[in-house]
Formats: sequence, C-alpha cells, structure tokens
Amino acid sequence: MSYAFPWFVLFLPLFAAVGIVLFTLKNRNVSATISIAAIVGGFFLTLLFLVNHGWTPGRNEVNWLWMVVGDLRIEFGLRLDPLSLLMLLVVTGVGGAIHIYSRGYMHDDPNAGRYFASLSLFTFSMLGVVLSTNFVQMFIFWELVGVSSYLLIGFWYARPSAADACKKAFLTNRLGDFGFLWGILMVWGALGSVNFVELEATLKANPVALGSLATAAGLLVFCGALGKSAQFPLHVWLPDAMEGPTPVSALIHAATMVAAGVYMLCRVFFIFNGPALEVIAWIGGFTALIAALMATRQDDIKRILAYSTLSQLGYMVMAVGLQGTVPAMYHLTTHAAFKAMLFLGAGSVIHAMHHEQNIWKMGGLRERMPITYRTFLLGTLALCGVPPFSGFFSKDEVLTQAFEHNPVLFAIATLVAMLTTFYMFRLVFVAFRGGHRADAASHAHESPGVMTWPLMFLAIPTVFAGFWGIETLLAHQFGGAAVHASGSMLDHLFSPFNHAPASAFLGLGAVGIGFLLAQRLYANAETDPLPEKLGWVSEFVRDRFYLDELYAILIRITHDALAQVSDALDRWVVSGFLVKGTHGSVELLGRGLRLLQTGSLQTYALMFAVGVAALLYFLLGGAQ
Amino acid sequence: MLAWTVYLSFASALVLMLLPKGRVDLARGVGLGGALAGAVVAFAGSMMKQPGIQEICRIPWIPSLGINFHFAADGISVTLVMLTGIAAVVGVLFSWNIGERVKEFFAFYMVLIGGVYGVFLSFDLFLLFVFYEIAIIPKYFLIAIWGSTNREYGAMKLALYSFVGSAMVLVGLIAAYVVSGGTTTNLIELAQFGFSKEFQYWVFPLVFVGFAILAGLWPFHTWAPTGHVAAPTAVSMLLAGVVMKLGAYGALRVAITLFPLGAQAWQTEIGFLACVGIVYGALVALVQRDFKFVIGYSSVSHMGFVLLGLATLNEIGLSGAVLQMFSHGVIAGLLFAVVGRMVYDRTHTRELAVLHRFNLSRSLPFVALTFVVASAASMGLPGFSGFVAELQVFIGAWRAFPVFAIFSGVGLLVGVAYTLRALQKAFFADPELETETRGPVLDPISMPEKCGAMILMAATLIIGLYPRLLLDLIVPSFSSPLFDGLRNGAGL
Repeated sequence: MSYAFPWFVLFLPLFAAVGIVLFTLKNRNVSATISIAAIVGGFFLTLLFLVNHGWTPGRNEVNWLWMVVGDLRIEFGLRLDPLSLLMLLVVTGVGGAIHIYSRGYMHDDPNAGRYFASLSLFTFSMLGVVLSTNFVQMFIFWELVGVSSYLLIGFWYARPSAADACKKAFLTNRLGDFGFLWGILMVWGALGSVNFVELEATLKANPVALGSLATAAGLLVFCGALGKSAQFPLHVWLPDAMEGPTPVSALIHAATMVAAGVYMLCRVFFIFNGPALEVIAWIGGFTALIAALMATRQDDIKRILAYSTLSQLGYMVMAVGLQGTVPAMYHLTTHAAFKAMLFLGAGSVIHAMHHEQNIWKMGGLRERMPITYRTFLLGTLALCGVPPFSGFFSKDEVLTQAFEHNPVLFAIATLVAMLTTFYMFRLVFVAFRGGHRADAASHAHESPGVMTWPLMFLAIPTVFAGFWGIETLLAHQFGGAAVHASGSMLDHLFSPFNHAPASAFLGLGAVGIGFLLAQRLYANAETDPLPEKLGWVSEFVRDRFYLDELYAILIRITHDALAQVSDALDRWVVSGFLVKGTHGSVELLGRGLRLLQTGSLQTYALMFAVGVAALLYFLLGGAQ
Repeated sequence: MLAWTVYLSFASALVLMLLPKGRVDLARGVGLGGALAGAVVAFAGSMMKQPGIQEICRIPWIPSLGINFHFAADGISVTLVMLTGIAAVVGVLFSWNIGERVKEFFAFYMVLIGGVYGVFLSFDLFLLFVFYEIAIIPKYFLIAIWGSTNREYGAMKLALYSFVGSAMVLVGLIAAYVVSGGTTTNLIELAQFGFSKEFQYWVFPLVFVGFAILAGLWPFHTWAPTGHVAAPTAVSMLLAGVVMKLGAYGALRVAITLFPLGAQAWQTEIGFLACVGIVYGALVALVQRDFKFVIGYSSVSHMGFVLLGLATLNEIGLSGAVLQMFSHGVIAGLLFAVVGRMVYDRTHTRELAVLHRFNLSRSLPFVALTFVVASAASMGLPGFSGFVAELQVFIGAWRAFPVFAIFSGVGLLVGVAYTLRALQKAFFADPELETETRGPVLDPISMPEKCGAMILMAATLIIGLYPRLLLDLIVPSFSSPLFDGLRNGAGL
C-alpha cells in the first residue's frame, strides 16, 4: 500500500494547482490552504514511507510505458533511493515551510490564488525532476520547472522589471536546456537507452561505451545544470529573478530549482569522464569566486543573498567536478535549509520595511525584530561555515574534496569562504545593528507568527543538520565510505579537524579574516566606505563586471541582425525578386504576346506563313 | 464507415446550397450539424479501425485505365481524419459571426472539408488527386469573398501556388502511371512496383516539392503568411490546421512511398530546406508587427518540423512528422482563433503596437488564458502535443543528420522568443493602463468561441500527456506494405 505514497507526494501538488485554478482562484485563504495541505501532506507521506521502507526500499523503481516508437522507449516512473528520498524531504520540508510563510507574506495580494496555484505547480515539477527514472522524463519536468518559475518570477508582471526578469530567466534556462537535450540525444544515440539504471549498468560494463562522444555528451548534459543552477556564463538570470515575491526567491532560487542542476549532476554522475569533470570543476570554482566578489558590493538585501546563492552553487558544482558527489549533495541539503531561512528572514525584513530592500536604509533592526534577527544570524553563521552549524560540516567536506584534488581550486574556495563571511556580516552589521537610518526602520515591527514559525522551523536543520548523518546516507548511495563515521556528537564536531586538519583550519581562518574585515569596515558605518577605498574596482564589481550589458549587446546585435536579414530576405528576395520576378516576367511575356495579338487579319496571315516556312525549313533541313 | 465523413460533408454542402436565402441560423445549424456528424463518424470510425490498412470501399470507376473509387485507411489517415473532424467543428464555431452570404460560406466550407477528408482516405492516386483539387477551389472563394487584408492578392497567390504544385504532382504521377505499365492507379500496387532508380531520381523531387509547396516548404512558403492573413478566421484555421497537412500528407503518402529511392537520394536537400524553413520562419516571426503575421510565419517554422521529420526517413522521425501534423493542426487553429476571431473581430486591429491599448489581459481574461495555453503549446512545452512531436522529429533527425538537428534546434529557441514577445506585447504590456483605466469596452467572448477554444486546448493537452493514444495508431502504419520500399532500401 505505502508504495503508492510517492505517487501521492508527486501528484498532490498538481491536483492542488489544478483545483485552485478551476475553483478557488478568487478565494485567497482556501487557495493557500489547499496548496499548503498538498505539500505538507507530501512531507508527512514521505516520512511515513521512510518509516515503513527505510532509505533503500525494496521496490526502488516503478515504470509505466509512456510512449514507444521503434527502439525509442520512454517511460514515466518513480525512482526511490537515498538520493531521491533525501531530495523529497528537502523539497517538501523546506518547501512546506515556505508555503506556510507565503500565506502571511502574500496576505494582502489580490492575486494570491494565482500565486499559490503557481507555487503548487512548481512543487509538482520539482518533485518530478527528483523522482524521474530517465532522462526524458527528467527533461519534461525540467522544462516544467522552468515554466513555473517563469510564472512566479513574473508574478507581478505589470512591473516592467519583473516582466523582463521572467523572460530573461526563461530564455537563459531554455538555452541551457537546449544543450541538455542534445546531450540526452547523444547519450541515447550512443547507448540506446535513456533510463538511468540501464545507462549506469551499460557504462559500468563498458566504461568507454560513449566513445569519442563522451566529453561532448557530458558537457552538453552539464549545460542543463549550467542554466538551472545558474553557473557562469548562464548565471545572469538569477539575480534578476529576485523581482519575484521573496518566498519565491527562497523556494526556487535558494532551496529547490537551482539545486536541480546539482541534483541532476549527481544523479547522472556516471556519465562524466575526466575532461568533462575538469571543466565542471573549474566552472563551479569560477562562478563561486565571481559571485562572491559581486555580492560584496550589492546594497539590495535580496541581491546579496542571490549572489551568495550563486556562489554556494558554484561550490556544489565544483565539488561534483572534483568527483565529490557526497559533499555536493550534503552542501545542497544544508544550504537549502539555511539559505531558505535567510531569504525568508530577508522577506520578513522587507515586509516590515514596507518593501524597502536597500540595506543602507535599514539599521538597528535587531531590537525591532528579535526573532528575525536571531534566525538570520543563525543562518549567517551556518552559511559562513562556523562550527557547529550545519554549513560548517558540509562546507568542510567541499573544501576537503578540493584540498585533496586540486590545490588551486582549494585556494579559490578558501578565498570564497572569506568573502562569504565578509559580505554576510556586512549585511548583518548594516541592516540589523547600528542606528536606524530611515524612518521605516524605526517603525518596523516583528512579523506575525505565520511568518516567524517557519523561520524557527528552518532553524532546526540550520543548526543541527550536521549531526544527522546525511553524509553517511549519501556515501551509501554513491558507494563510498562515510568520512566522519563516528560515535558521539562531540567526536563528530571535531572529526573534520581530525580527518583533514589543514583544510578545516584554513577554512576557519578564512572565516575569521572575513569577519574581522567586515567588523572593521561596517560595525558602525553610516555609508559604505569601500567605494572610496577601491575606486573604479568597486564600481566594476558592483556592476557585475558588465557581463549583463555585454550579453545584452551581443544578443541585440545577433538577434536583430538575423531577424532583419531574414525579414529583408523574405520581403525583397523571396517574395520580391522570386515571386514578383516570376510574376513580372510572366506579365512581360503576356505583354509581349499581346503585341502580336493585333486583331489584324493580314498580320496573322503573315505570321502564319512565316511559321509554316520556318517549320518546313526545319523539317526539310533535318531530313537532308 | 469512415467514407461517410466525405459523403456527409458534401451532402451538407448540397443542403446548404439549396437552403432559402436569409435563413442565417438554419445555415449555421446545418454547417455545424454537418461538421459534427463528420467528426463523430471520424472518431467512431477511428476507434473501430482494424490493424493494418483497412479497406473501406473499392468500386471500379474508369476500368479501362485501372482507376478505382478506392477508400482505405491506415493509422496515418485515421489520425489526420480525426484532426480534420476537430478542425471542421471548431472552424464552424469560430465562423458563427459570419454575417454576409452565410449559406454560401458554409457550403464552400463543407466542400473544402469533404475534399480534405477525401484526400486522407483515398488509396487511389487519381482519386486522391481529384480530392486534392476539390480542396483547392473553395479555398480561393472563401478567401476572396470573406477575407480581410489584401484578400484578392492573398487568394490569388494561394491559388497559383497550389496549382503550380498540383501541376508538378500531376506530371510526376502521369509519368509514374505510364512507366508502371498504365494498368493501375492503386497506391499500394504502385508502391510495390519498384520504379527504377534513375526514374525515381527525377520524379521524386517533382512530386515531393509539388506537394510540399502546400506544406510551406521554404522557399515556396510565401503563400502561407499572406494567405493566412487574408483569410477569414475559420479559413486561416483550416489552412494552417488541415490544408497545409494535405501537402505534407501527399509528400509522405505519395512521394515517399512510391519513390523511396528518390527520397533517399534527395534526403539531405529536403532536410536542409526544412531546417532553413524552421529557423527562417521563426526569425521572421520575431520582427513582425502584425499579430497574424507572427502566427503565419510560426506556421512556416512548425511545418518545417513536419518536413524535417519526413526527410529523416526513419520510423521515429516519420511518426514524429505525422504527430506534428496533428499537433500543429490543433495548435495553429487555436492561435489563429485567438488572433483572428477573439481579438481582431473585437479590436479591429492586429498591430502589436496598438493592441496593448485594449488592455486585453484584463478586458478579455479568457482570451489571455487561451493564448497563454496556445503559446505554451506552440513553444513545445512538455504536457502539450507539440513537445512529443518535435522531440520525436529531433531524435529522428539526430539519427539521419545530426548537424541539421542541432541547427533546427535554434528555431525552437527563437520560437520561445517570438512567442513570448507577441504574448507580452499583445496581452500584458503597458503597466499604466493595467492598474487604473480599463481599455475600451469589448464584446464578451461568446459561447461558440469558448467551446471551440476548449476543444482545441483539450486536444493538444490530451495528446501531450498521453501520446500513445495517437502513436499506437501511427507507428504500426509504417510496417504496412506501403512502406516496403522504404524498409528495404533505407532500413526504416
């Protein structure tokens, strides 16, 4: 019986979305309740399933034939293993908290019905990605994730910035998906299957089955992650996506959608060969670095978090590239919880500040919003990697992985850890400490319980997830020994230092330096001192290295040129020259022939005679 | 049983012509009744279809020439017959507001439908050609009399292109008839005749291009946008929905099955033209200012996928092409219904730059929703029929010519761009108006329009969610004797 649970987990949000659209779109409260019930129900069903069957259920794959043409078989199924079950918990757990929070955050919005319908649709798509048994099914849900995120980013579509942002997100993602699709086709073409289990078995039996295509196929598949997980050079959509409502940023752009890319990389890790992994690692490291740099110069509270997300995703991708699927998934899990909490905390601040997002207009919120402040601080500590918070353990695993495999990337990762601490404490000092810089800040008050309870709920994994043995579970999935398989909590806390002391101490040192820098510069700052000190470098970083502008120009040039050329071709060559030309020459011929149609009998007789003569000449001439 | 689709359509056309003048409602009723009856027969017949090629009727017609009145159906015909049934009913629903010469309109309309059914069911070359011509003539009148922008030009261009195509086809078919000994025009027998390679080499392009002109093969596509724009809504829906499929169907049914070796020889060229059409149609759609031209060029682009699928000559690509015919028929119908009927008949403009004044997302929410669904389907999002069809064409193309497959993917990417652009400009632009004033008051959406839109949306969604409904009909068709040549030669 309980093998049906995962199906319910998957389809409940879809039913919720359809039900809301059909019946309760106008009723905000009922819509919210339906949507929340679907995802929270999913969370408990997942827990029940785990209680009944454990992390490795006996029947771990169910398939149903969706279409078959010749040797192309595409199934629709559910994959149940530690990897997907863990993600199921993350999506429904963190997502559930965000759904509940949304009820408070979107309370005054007249279109909240539409909001919750889109949210449920998104949840359905994301769960579909997680549970997919094959590439094509994953791609289908992958696209649906893109669509629902388009709907949510553009929720306030009347704002031009939101309308542009959702279009940008959708197109950028589509670009990545385009490569992903080719990767899938390549794999199918070479191996004859799209099913993950079958592919893994084939590749295990014959590691060179992909032949010369291996690197290309791996990199094309990686393109999908490039788009969804917003890695350089397709990272540009994520900061703009902050135009959506804040809970959306928490759900999609921190905990789930952007994690889909990393999840996919881990799911199909067996496809990547050495060179492909090398590229993946460097792209991840580079993204982590530039995003962290950009984050140091942002003033919008959500954008700081957005760049921080980019940077942490870079960490995860880098870990995958360094063959560390366990650290990547571990960091994904802890990051999902604490980053969602940070976003929700930011949302709570924005809500209290009447939609002011500039941190320099805040200040002194610590006293005004104690719960938000405390949870935000916990999230910050976890993000920076301070022991014993969850982020410390997962980040340490990533750093260790880098330390063991690639010293240059390890140096970058350590630098990023320092920058992370710097910009996060800059945010905390400026927004929450010091004096009130604007009226709104002095009138701010704590958000209602429906918003603070999810914050406190998310604080639990933020603080304790490092002790739950997630890495052991993942190591089980990926067939390796757990790194910190140890007994007591205290042992566990110190195991990073025992296991790989160099990377752990260097990482902590970086955090310390970052904190001291932030404290020195921002502890009591009224304005940002950095622009003066750094000059044009600061501006360059603030404006995101002008990458967005560069892309805009490139796109405009190519797109305009191509479209205009095609249009001109259609207008002048195809329908102008060819069509009108044909038309013209026929008409000319007609006019020419009309000259002969004089109506004069004599002329006709003359022409007839000439014709007969000519005919005779040719006939007789031919006979000679 | 399926033959009754043809008879019923022509019969209702006859009844319509005999109706007294001025009985507008009666004329509409008969039109709807005829279309519905045809659709019901089409669906019932499809459900009862036996596997393989099902004989329907075979009556000697001109025995001395070996011509039979021969109807039969395989999965491909049945799929397209069902599409025609849907398109016919929906087209009538969207023509409900036609005011002048109503009975003549519906009479021509039903003749067109009857001709289309006939083409899809004919298994005799001569008969197929006759129905093909029957379908062309009413199109001209429908556009020239009831059309809008530049209608005479559009109608004439369409008619000329069609006739040039027909002439090419006719030459090719007569040659095939003569070369095969002049004893039969039966499609199956001719397909098994085995024409010489040299003969196929020159006849195939003639027949294929002759048919494919009507499917919008680049660079012979220019009739399509102008024709679509000139036509009254229901006729644009039929043009894009089923008439373009006539061309693609003929190209598959006649050109590819009769001349498989020729098809193989010209495969790359056709694939190339199809790819150019896909990308080119999408790019041109991106810069159009007229809403209907956007959709018109998008049709060229989407039909490019049908042709690309045909050019692959493998089972996956070919069945993808047939599925795409169905899918595009439904989706293009929906798009034209929104643009031509639901929007244009109320706003009397199709300029994207002007449309935002009407604040359509607020004043006509149902239309906005319909167009969002249609756009999603047109972009090939999963869950809609277009996704499955285009995915199959891709996979087929990947096998046949990977470079073209990648190239045509660019069209898909641009497809997202032009669709989002049109969607935003027409429905969701101008935030100032959004909040305060409401645009000019527009007529509410009528019941027939709602029903029609619902039918089309349901069709694309159902096939998108469970493609086997059609694929299980289409795929076995490729193991029939008709495709022997292709199987032996190309390893289908």
